[in-house]
Amino acid sequence: MDFLRPETLAEALEIKAERPDAVPIAGGTDVMVELNYDHRRPAALLDLTRIPELQQWEDGLRVGAGVPYVRIIDELGAQLPGLAMASRTVGSPQIRNRGTVGGNLGAASPAGDTHPVLLASDAVIEVASVRGTRMIPAAEFYLGVKRNALEPDELIVAVHLTPAKGPQQFSKVGTRNAMVIAVCSFAISLFPQENRVGAAVGSAAPTPRRAPEAEEFLASALDFKNPKPLLDSVKREFGELVSRAASPIDDVRGSAAYRKHALAVMARRTLGWAWQELLAKKNGSEERPCA
Amino acid sequence: MTTSRRQFFGQAAAVSAGVALSAPAVEALAAEPAPAGLVDVVFEVNGERQKLRLDPRVTLLDALREQLGLVGTKKGCDRGQCGACTVHVDDRRVLSCLTLTATLQGKEVTTIEGIADGDDLHPVQRAFIDHDGFQCGFCTSGQIMSAVKVVEEREVRTDDQIREAMSGNICRCGAYPNILEAIKQAKAGDR
Ligand SMILES: Cc1cc2nc3c(=O)[nH]c(=O)nc-3n(C[C@H](O)[C@H](O)[C@H](O)COP(=O)(O)OP(=O)(O)OC[C@H]3O[C@@H](n4cnc5c(N)ncnc54)[C@H](O)[C@@H]3O)c2cc1C
Ligand code: FES
Ligand code: FES
Repeated sequence: MDFLRPETLAEALEIKAERPDAVPIAGGTDVMVELNYDHRRPAALLDLTRIPELQQWEDGLRVGAGVPYVRIIDELGAQLPGLAMASRTVGSPQIRNRGTVGGNLGAASPAGDTHPVLLASDAVIEVASVRGTRMIPAAEFYLGVKRNALEPDELIVAVHLTPAKGPQQFSKVGTRNAMVIAVCSFAISLFPQENRVGAAVGSAAPTPRRAPEAEEFLASALDFKNPKPLLDSVKREFGELVSRAASPIDDVRGSAAYRKHALAVMARRTLGWAWQELLAKKNGSEERPCA
Repeated sequence: MTTSRRQFFGQAAAVSAGVALSAPAVEALAAEPAPAGLVDVVFEVNGERQKLRLDPRVTLLDALREQLGLVGTKKGCDRGQCGACTVHVDDRRVLSCLTLTATLQGKEVTTIEGIADGDDLHPVQRAFIDHDGFQCGFCTSGQIMSAVKVVEEREVRTDDQIREAMSGNICRCGAYPNILEAIKQAKAGDR
């Protein structure tokens, strides 16, 4: 097996063009399990850890594919609360010191924790090859179970996200609190200025996916300009529509029926938390005396 | 007896992993490029420079145990789930079973063998002894390497926060309450 160690992104893209069979390795927390257990015997490994362009984030926001979860939690929690919440639930502290969003996207597991957040907050994935750069909206990135829109000569370079314009929440059901693959998960982002809501489910269909009917329902049912306490009927209907957007299966981690039920519960709760945050902010700002 | 048993397993595993490394091979490192299929890595382990020529699939865990003779780091699962193999790379705790040695060029690795100051135990090691933070001891070096970092994390204060911060280290003997007490002692001393 060849071990390729590029020092720049340009060099990495050239290698990937010549050796499309080379498997990229970032944090290694997915790839190494496959190697150690001989589930995969790649002809070559492409080490991405020495490429500075992938390890940084810029205002705006453009988060390098190789930024580990620990840095998203520590450095981007205020700007990207949803992504930071999801990052906090990945694996264990040791896994979070290494694992990356680029790796989560590369693996494209339906259970990956960042996916619902990326969908609900309109993330765009920047991928590149020697042929050029493509900007792929998250909703077009996931193609099937562990399949994504990446061409064999392409690498994931960064994730583009706007700093949160309103409350965001992420919720995940698992068998214990640490080191669990999600039985199912849910993310919500409020965009109060645009009277809009993003909502997406994870681990409840062949790919992570948005819940467009639930999003449209909330956009019409909620008054973002003069937010009032949420009606139970709105929460219930929202939960129902989120649950309907999923097409889960029965597997060792949970039954389809349980997943549908849990999604409705998570949707109601996270909407409640997000709305509460919006109300608190509105009330707080109204009480503040005029300058 | 113990040594020869370890040597035996060490050699057997090195052969099965396709590792070609002997003393003369290491000396030759600087002189010529690695032959096809092998890769050269220079990094620091517990403050000492190490040069290895190895199969790129060799994990840091296997390199430590089988090539450098540092067997304090344990292999519990080889898939990131138990934490027994926790070491520090560039000052962050990571799982050596999920780290490829070949990615460590120029990096600094600290293992359980590297935290005491000569005969003076690290305060976290001392605290684990004071509180019986182990039974069989298999998970202990990983627990201690994790705990050293948790003690440094000032925002981790309450029992629940400590448990959460230690959630990547499993103890099949269930020594958790004593591990928690040990970490609290070490944190108190650290303030
Ligand atoms: C014990 C354990 C617990 C875990 N728990 C969770 C969890 O709770 N939630 C969760 O979501 N995941 C979990 N995972 C899976 C894993 O940690 C995550 O998917 C992580 O985000 C992978 O990132 P990485 O950088 O380590 O990826 P790697 O292992 O380096 O790569 C993963 C895949 O992506 C490809 N890849 C990586 N970077 C790029 C790039 N820049 N361009 C193109 N392809 C790329 C690789 O070739 C590979 O196919 C867990 C794993 C373990 C071992
Ligand atoms: S041996 Fe590395 S986590 Fe279990
Ligand atoms: S002391 Fe035996 S596994 Fe922890």
